[in-house]
Amino acid sequence: MAQQDSQGTSPPAHASTLGNLTAVREMIQRHKRSDIVFASIGLLALMLGLLTLLTLFIDLVMDGYPRFNLQFFSDYPSRRAGSAGLLSAWVGSVLVMSITFLTAVPVGVGAAVYLEEYAPKNWFSDLIEINVSNLAGVPSIIYGLLALGLFVYGLGLGQSIVTAGLTLGLLILPIVIVSTREAIRGIPVAIREAAYAVGATKWQVVSDHVVKYSQGGILTGVIIGMSRAIGETAPIITIGALTFIAFLPPSPITEVAPYLNFEWLSSGFTVLPIQMFNWLSRPDHAFHTNAAATGAIIIVVTLLMNGTAIYLRYQIRKNIKW
Amino acid sequence: MNTATNMLNHLTDLTISPRLAKNLRRNIKERIIEFILMLAALSAVFTTFSIVAILLYESFGFFKTVSLVEFFTGTEWTPLFEDAHYGIMPLISGTLTTSLVALALAVPVGTIAAIYLSEFASHKTREITKPILELLVGVPTIAFGYFALLFVTPLLQKIYPDLPGFNMLSAGLVMGVMIVPYIASVAEDAMRAVPMSMREGSYAMGATRFQTALRVVTPAATSGIVAAYILAVSRAVGETMVVAVAAGQQPTLTFNPIDGAATITAYIVQVAMGDLPHGSIGYQSIFAAGLVLFAMTLCFNLIGHVVRKKYREQY
Repeated sequence: MAQQDSQGTSPPAHASTLGNLTAVREMIQRHKRSDIVFASIGLLALMLGLLTLLTLFIDLVMDGYPRFNLQFFSDYPSRRAGSAGLLSAWVGSVLVMSITFLTAVPVGVGAAVYLEEYAPKNWFSDLIEINVSNLAGVPSIIYGLLALGLFVYGLGLGQSIVTAGLTLGLLILPIVIVSTREAIRGIPVAIREAAYAVGATKWQVVSDHVVKYSQGGILTGVIIGMSRAIGETAPIITIGALTFIAFLPPSPITEVAPYLNFEWLSSGFTVLPIQMFNWLSRPDHAFHTNAAATGAIIIVVTLLMNGTAIYLRYQIRKNIKW
Repeated sequence: MNTATNMLNHLTDLTISPRLAKNLRRNIKERIIEFILMLAALSAVFTTFSIVAILLYESFGFFKTVSLVEFFTGTEWTPLFEDAHYGIMPLISGTLTTSLVALALAVPVGTIAAIYLSEFASHKTREITKPILELLVGVPTIAFGYFALLFVTPLLQKIYPDLPGFNMLSAGLVMGVMIVPYIASVAEDAMRAVPMSMREGSYAMGATRFQTALRVVTPAATSGIVAAYILAVSRAVGETMVVAVAAGQQPTLTFNPIDGAATITAYIVQVAMGDLPHGSIGYQSIFAAGLVLFAMTLCFNLIGHVVRKKYREQY
């Protein structure tokens, strides 16, 4: 422009350059505006999930409010909505979860350790890896069909606590495996080499160092898996466990020797999400109040578990300095 | 006698030293442990094979009674009625319609959220919002079912009074909200894999953030974003409780989201709730329906993984 001035360009050309400049400035303004507009839309899109979650939770609490008392936890399900409670459901959930924990954690951690530390690089390991990632994408109801065919009728375990526990254990297996593998991968090779250098065997390296130092990451995965299992409804309905249960399974601990009793494993049961579905699918609106209260309880439990897991992972990331 | 003592001495010489014996014990123990760990890893293979075997076995019994042609072309699905029809089309139409409604919501919202997370959000915003998205994934689906049936449907009925109590629209919309975090996180991964130099080149030309995101980052991450959509479809197709609670139980051949209709998953739930005798045609029918569902999700998952792998190799 300065060059043009010194050459004494004609006024109309000068004016048009100035006009262009304002046009360009306007364009920049416009584009900056579209930046801000998009950023707000993006934030809104992100918040949609949170808003829904909040609405859902408030809705459940408002609808289920009359049922939040201790009696709701100590009453059996009943044909009268007002006196129906969650006792058999929460006891069932605790027992089923214990089986799930006892199967998914050792098998999942073992599988992850094998894949990360032992498995040779060949078609066999590839086959296992493909299976794990495929299983993570299988709909939960398919696990229910597997359990119906294999556990309920194939192995004759019936519609029992052990069937449900094993089913959910298989369901969360990929979650435990994937998170354990991630945690193990974070351990530097130097740690393993140091242990080998002082004469440790492979298993000593794995159990005393690799698994020990990845405990936090493994725990995070286990908590997330268990919180998924607590809320899972479809596979348990599929094994045919949607029945009216107004009794408790036999107690696992007895007064006389040997103090342990395994009859509860084959007992009929109900769990929290099944009880909620049961109440929700009744036409009588009084039962919907119970369903809402149960839903709020399940959400609180799962959110607490997930929150703990996320917090734990955050702490681990912050504190570990190899 | 003398020779015997000699031999005995010889033998004691041959016995391994305590240190070697310890090593041997250690080696055997190591082998056993490795074997046990391998069995644990094989449980994944075992699960997949059992799923396929059981679905195929029970479906085989089903297809002895029902021809494949009737199964795939029939337009009525009434296996439990006196006058039984075994056409899976109504269940597939229900599954596809709810999934499409879910995608119609989740694809734009999820993509915008992913672009925002990857290109606009500050480090702090991302640190706060990503865990929230994860929390949303952790909410049990039965709670979303309640929400669809007793909150969203009445809300929609205020806008459109003729909407039936069970409809695929509200179930699909709620399912869409559930899928958003899934699309957002996979698509964001893909966008973050786009090298910084490409963005810098775009900024150097005077492009704004929005222009860079839309014309540089998104096209470069297309395959990853498409993979996110495909994996989301697989999720929507296999989702059970929301549709079982809110979309209705009547198999109807319709693609109109205003109607109520059963999906494959809702049918399985409905049958499992009743008390069907083991080995009956109704019992076998849920495995045949499950086989179709499994095949559909497997296809989507495989395509998704292949597409997703592709973009990772690009840069």
